[in-house]
Amino acid sequence: MSTSVVEVKTTPEQILEMPEEHRAEAIERGEIPIVLAHEVHKWYGNFHVLRGINMEVYKGEVIVIFGPSGSGKSTFIRTINRLEEYQKGKIIVDGTELSRDIRNIEKIRMETGMVFQQFNLFPHLTVLQNITLAPIQVRKWPKAKAEEVAMQLLKRVGIPDQANKFPGQLSGGQQQRVAIARALAMQPKIMLFDEPTSALDPEMIKEVLDVMVELAESGMTMLVVTHEMGFARAVADRMYFFDQGQIVESGSPEQIFTNPQEDRTKLFLSQILH
Amino acid sequence: MMNRNQEQYTTGEVLAPPTERYTVLGWLKKNLFSTWYYTLLTLLTLYVLYIIIKPTLVWVFTQAQWQVVVVNLRLFMVGQYPADQIFRIWIALHLLAFTAGLAWAIWLPRSRRIGAFLLLIPLGFAALPFISTFSHINWVIFDLAALAGWGLGTWKPKAMRRPLIVLLLAYFPILILLILGVQPLLKIVKTNLWGGLLLTMLLAVVGITVSFPLGILLALGRKSELPIVKLFSILYIEIIRGVPLVTVLFMAQLMLPLFLPPQIKIDNVIRAMAGIVLFSAAYMAENVRGGLQAIPKGQYEAAWALGLNGFQTTFFIILPQALRNVIPVLVNQFIALFKDTSLVAIVGLLDLLGIASTVLAQPAFIGKQREVYLFIALIYWVFSYAMSYASRRLEVALGVGER
Repeated sequence: MSTSVVEVKTTPEQILEMPEEHRAEAIERGEIPIVLAHEVHKWYGNFHVLRGINMEVYKGEVIVIFGPSGSGKSTFIRTINRLEEYQKGKIIVDGTELSRDIRNIEKIRMETGMVFQQFNLFPHLTVLQNITLAPIQVRKWPKAKAEEVAMQLLKRVGIPDQANKFPGQLSGGQQQRVAIARALAMQPKIMLFDEPTSALDPEMIKEVLDVMVELAESGMTMLVVTHEMGFARAVADRMYFFDQGQIVESGSPEQIFTNPQEDRTKLFLSQILH
Repeated sequence: MMNRNQEQYTTGEVLAPPTERYTVLGWLKKNLFSTWYYTLLTLLTLYVLYIIIKPTLVWVFTQAQWQVVVVNLRLFMVGQYPADQIFRIWIALHLLAFTAGLAWAIWLPRSRRIGAFLLLIPLGFAALPFISTFSHINWVIFDLAALAGWGLGTWKPKAMRRPLIVLLLAYFPILILLILGVQPLLKIVKTNLWGGLLLTMLLAVVGITVSFPLGILLALGRKSELPIVKLFSILYIEIIRGVPLVTVLFMAQLMLPLFLPPQIKIDNVIRAMAGIVLFSAAYMAENVRGGLQAIPKGQYEAAWALGLNGFQTTFFIILPQALRNVIPVLVNQFIALFKDTSLVAIVGLLDLLGIASTVLAQPAFIGKQREVYLFIALIYWVFSYAMSYASRRLEVALGVGER
């Protein structure tokens, strides 16, 4: 099996040897990536699920990750905010290395928002409470400020009139938009999307994608696991094709759609783009 | 037919659902006498009910000698609590009524009718002919206290929210201070004089309010990743669940003094309370654990991804959902605990059941078991049913199974 052919310019040492107070500026200027994965390996028992993933994402980039089920794409995106551990390699997010240190993990989780396939809204809280809980408890914002920000976000995702309903009273598309607003309320620097439209009815996919396109155009750094190729074509800066725990191919949407290099990529694309 | 249906859809006419209306006779015919075997079963059931209920009612109203209850009413209610200090129990009750009225106005503003109905019960007590004038007056004050709390809560619902929480938290220590006494304001009443319904209620209330948080901690401990905490929780739960409550109570009453140095004396009632709390906590923990296991992993992940730490995740996301899911089992446990307090009679405390046996030992009332036990059974039933009813209201209010 061919190994990963994707070129990564930055080494972990380049970031870690830089004084911590300089890293934020360097990320801002695009000198070092905001997310760097270096030779990341992960095993589930004996099953080698991630086999040397290398990836760098610069501030403001929109990355689309796609590939067959079981290829490790969801597992990889979940290692970035440490919902999954990895056994080998290094991941550096926003200048902080992900280690076992719980303080580093909590710091990184504050700076990354995540949207799940199954929405995972808190069913016992209203929409507004879902959104304001973390800003109030983690960022220690006063309630009034958190609610003001929450209402702005609900307007942005198009459902300000649902603020006092419970998640169970909303449609799937509305729930996922609340989930996006909830993640944005923490004002994260990076947004992770783990198959955000896979659990939705067809007519609701568009309302969620519209919100994501708007977010991408506003300059948010996004890593998106999805099979929505229309979305990728419209806003992705780069696409990564995962198969069997490796990155098989990467490139701009242009390259991937018109001139894929690897046979496995061609086969997969032909299967999903009928 | 087809055409007509389509027409209805296209014009967008909204059809009302079909309604069924019955007259009393129609209802009887449909539900009790629809076929010959339903009719037979109905008649048979009516006959069985008749032969059971008729002699019971005849006994209750014509043959039973309720004198035993009337004469010993104070014993049943408060045991040997000194008569000149009973006003303290009344104060505790009035404070409870006030708090309940306030809570009702703030949390259940729409359930006015039930509240009004509940107010009739103390008035019913006040109308009983055989109680003292002092009690008559106090039952009326009880209602007035509840009304005062309700009025205050209705007048300023927002501003009273915080005082209500404070009152609820402070009620318990106040209750103990009132009943036990504080030198030099209130004379100390030793626990060996506590008895009857008073003791039963104290044991149950202490048991529930202390074992509930303890059970939550044990349940969380059992799911903890810290090996010592986990091991301790599992050992505790499994050992206590393997032992009958009577054994725990006997251990607390009889064996504990053997292990402790003679100068340390722990009060009998305290020991019984500790036994009940420790016993109930193990069961509570398993109930709560059941609720914890029903929470999907995605809830933890969503909370962590937002940056909530372990404590915040447990406190704001997991426990509220877990506890809401297990309300019926928890209340079941509360009811069981309430009735299990009667086991302290075996180790010599004079709770409701203990008082019953002392009353039956009085020469004037030998052979009055039926009257006495029926009376205390009724008291147990009233409180158990109240708990069960309150839990169903709570489930509706919290929308279990609806969202």
